[in-house]
This record gives sequence, C-alpha cells and structure tokens, in this order.
Amino acid sequence: MTTTLYTSDHEWLAIDGDIATVGITDYAQQQLGDVVFVELPKVGRSLKKAEAAAVVESVKAASDVYAPVTGEVLEANEALAAEPALVNSDAQGAAWFFKIRMADKSELGSLMDEAAYKAHTA
Amino acid sequence: MPAPDDQKSLRQTPLHALHVSLGGKMVPFAGYDMPVQYPAGVLKEHLHTRAAAGLFDVSHMGQLALRPKSGKVADAARALERLVPQDIVAIAPGRQRYAQFTNADGGILDDLMVANFGDHLFLVVNAACKDADEAHLRAHLADDCVIDSLADRALIALQGPKAEAALAKLCAGAPSMTFMDAGPHEVAGIKCFVSRSGYTGEDGFEISVPAADAERLTRTLLENPDVLPIGLGARDSLRLEAGLCLYGHDIDTATTPVEAALEWSVQKSRRSGGVRAGGFPGAEKILAHFDNGASRRRVGLRAEGRAPVREGALLFADEAAGEPIGKVTSGGFGPSLNAPVAMGYVPTNLSALGTKLFAEVRGQRLPLAVAAMPFVKNTYKR
Repeated sequence: MTTTLYTSDHEWLAIDGDIATVGITDYAQQQLGDVVFVELPKVGRSLKKAEAAAVVESVKAASDVYAPVTGEVLEANEALAAEPALVNSDAQGAAWFFKIRMADKSELGSLMDEAAYKAHTA
Repeated sequence: MPAPDDQKSLRQTPLHALHVSLGGKMVPFAGYDMPVQYPAGVLKEHLHTRAAAGLFDVSHMGQLALRPKSGKVADAARALERLVPQDIVAIAPGRQRYAQFTNADGGILDDLMVANFGDHLFLVVNAACKDADEAHLRAHLADDCVIDSLADRALIALQGPKAEAALAKLCAGAPSMTFMDAGPHEVAGIKCFVSRSGYTGEDGFEISVPAADAERLTRTLLENPDVLPIGLGARDSLRLEAGLCLYGHDIDTATTPVEAALEWSVQKSRRSGGVRAGGFPGAEKILAHFDNGASRRRVGLRAEGRAPVREGALLFADEAAGEPIGKVTSGGFGPSLNAPVAMGYVPTNLSALGTKLFAEVRGQRLPLAVAAMPFVKNTYKR
C-alpha cells in the first residue's frame, strides 16, 4: 500500500515499504511557473535529510529541492532531463524526481498528510 | 513576502489596478508594485511577444523634459553633452538616441534614451536611478535648461511583429515611423509621445501617455487579440536574448561604455580627434579605453548544456583553474532559443567569439563559449 506524505518545502513522497518516490507538489510547480531545467541526484548518492538533492529551474529562477528523508538514491527520473515541462503538466505523477531507500523511517513522523498539506498551502 | 508596511510604501503605476484585474502576479521592483507575469506565464508571454505583440507597463521608468532657456534645442543638446559621451547635438528633430550618464571614473551612472522633440529634449531613464538622474541634471544643467519631471505620464511598450498593425489602428502615423523615430502623435485621440523603439529586440513602440488616459489606452490596445499583457519576467528574458544591458547588472558605476561593448553608442564626434571630443565625466578614462583598449569586455555566452547559468556565476578559463577570470552579469533561459543564454565580463584576450570557458554552477564547471549578441536576430524597422 502506498501512502503519500508532504513536506513544508512542497515536496511529496510516495512511501512503499522502505522506498520513497519524491517529487514537487502541484502547488510548487504553480508557484515556480514554466520549468525549463531539472538537475537530479546521481544514483547511489547518499542524501541526508534537508540536504539539497535536486534543482528545478524556471525561466526566472533556480530552486533547490531538499531531501525529505535520509537515504540512498535508487533511481532518478531521466524523463525530466529531456522534458522539464512535465513538472508543470504532471507534478504529482509522471514528473517524480527520484526514488530513495530510506535509512530511518522515523523521519517520516514530521511530515504532513494530504489534509495537513492542504491546510499548509491554503 | 514583504511585510505589510513595505507593501504599503511601494509605489503604483497608473495601470496598477488593471494589472491586478488581469491576474498579474505583483512583486516589488525598483520601489514599485509591478507585474512579474500574468496567468499565461513567462514562457508563453515571451514567445507571444516574438510571434505577435506584447504590451508592457514601463511607467516606473523616469520621463523628463529638458527645455532650453534660450529656446534653442541645440543649447539643451550641448548642455546634455556635458554629462554623456554621445553626440546629442546631431540628433535630428523627431529622432532618438541611446546614451549613458557617466561618472568621473568613466563608469555608468545610468543608461537612457534621448529624443529631440524640436523645441526640447525628451529623456527616458531607469526607474531605480530616476531620482538621482534628475538631481544630477539639476546640479549640472540648471543654468541652461528647465528640467521638468514628467511624473504625470505613464509609459507603455508595444513590442513584436504585430505591434505596428495593432498601433496603426489607433495612430495613423505609426506605420511610417522607422527605428528610433520619436515625437508627438495622437493615439486613440490621446496626445502621446511615440517612439519606434523598445527593449526586446523586436520591432515596436514606446508610448508616453498622460497618466489619466493610460488605462483607457491600454484597455483599447488589449482589445486586439494579437496583443497580450507581458510582465517583467518576460521583459527580462526578451532583453537578454536581444543582448541588451540591464542597468545595475550588466553595466554600473564600475563599467565603462568600452568595457560594456557599447562603443557603437559613442559617436566619432565625441571620441579622440572628434569635433567635440571629450568634455563628459570620465572622458580621460573612456577615451583611453577607446584609444588603447580596455582589459575586460562584456560578451555573450552560450552554454553547451541545458542548465541555465545565472547572474553571479564565476567564469573560469579551464575546468581546473583556481582563479576566476570573470563573472556572469545576466543569465537565464532563452525561451526563443530553447537554451540557456548569458552575458558577463571576461579579460579582453578571452573575449573572441568561440572562446571556450567554464561557469561554476552549484560546484560544477559547466562548459560555455563566447557567442555573438544579439542571441536572437533583432527585427527593428530601419
């Protein structure tokens, strides 16, 4: 069963066992505007929670995407390199950024569920 | 988000309410609350301007009249030549020229447009510099000129291949104007100053309109389906693709016009050996740069990859070099090129087209090359 959690930095995590698929929320892509470039973490990289893991750039500006949890990058979504605009069209689906094997699932305790995130962005 | 107090102290242009009603995303810029984009977004606004016509509110910029006390515009022109390295005397009535106010060190205090309106000069200066510019003019030209701040006027830019047709419907004289023509015209029955110029690399017009009529004129222009409102975001990406300098970024008090690759804007009459050589602030240094070259130069830069290289990125001669050789002063993504574009300063010996350099972005050295500007061919009506 997959659970989706959210960070206050506007990332989403789809949790499946020890593996989290991470992306930015639809709210975040709306705020950023047209995405023209995405830089993804290398597969195998160890990320610490809150470390800059990826970069998403609009015409106007570059924004960091932070690792929402500690762990090892298992996969990066290469489709975003070829088609950054996917982030605008399907932020919470096809435009996932990376998959991470979580080192400490207790870190999930500080994240928000969908209702709490909706309240956060209201 | 700015604190409520900051929000309150921001100035508004005469089109502020219209921007809000059009869904403009308002941000602080040069002391004004300005639209950075509309619901279409920066990318579509940029591409629409290059394909059809974009309408920009640039009312935050300063508009000034220099009226000669003698009644002869040539006297105002001669007086203004004390502050700029341009030939102002040679600007014919109904014509406009790009200029810079320089300082004693040869740096640039601001860049501006100067038009000859027959009996006076009309100046358009940058928003962030306008108070200082007006004080500068009063300090140096008050004996010869009456300096009028035209704060009761808005300024609208209409830019793109369909700008001429859109304006022709409201202004019969618009189509016969050529690039850098400027003068009084009636637009939709309103007495305006119109110039055929802009800041996008596209053919287009800038329309100075009394503040009280600005919203009516803008709404009339926007009734044309070819015309969309464009925010500051696309204004910046358009001017960057056009290779045009942004004051405070690509030029400032520490860059001379020669270092900034603006030699084309300084006429021969003001250079060494010219009929009115020198006589402007910093002439010694600027003319020495003309005569002997400057040690650094503003260049265009194209990246090999897709990652935008932005303002502040350090430039290196090779991938392993320890010391930077220069810095990016403007950079981002060029929607019409579908690729990153930048400009910055490099040593003159590394400024030749095609020179390979590296920019440091997030700890990585990204390859780029010195490239010709404009990055996108301009379409001025000469």
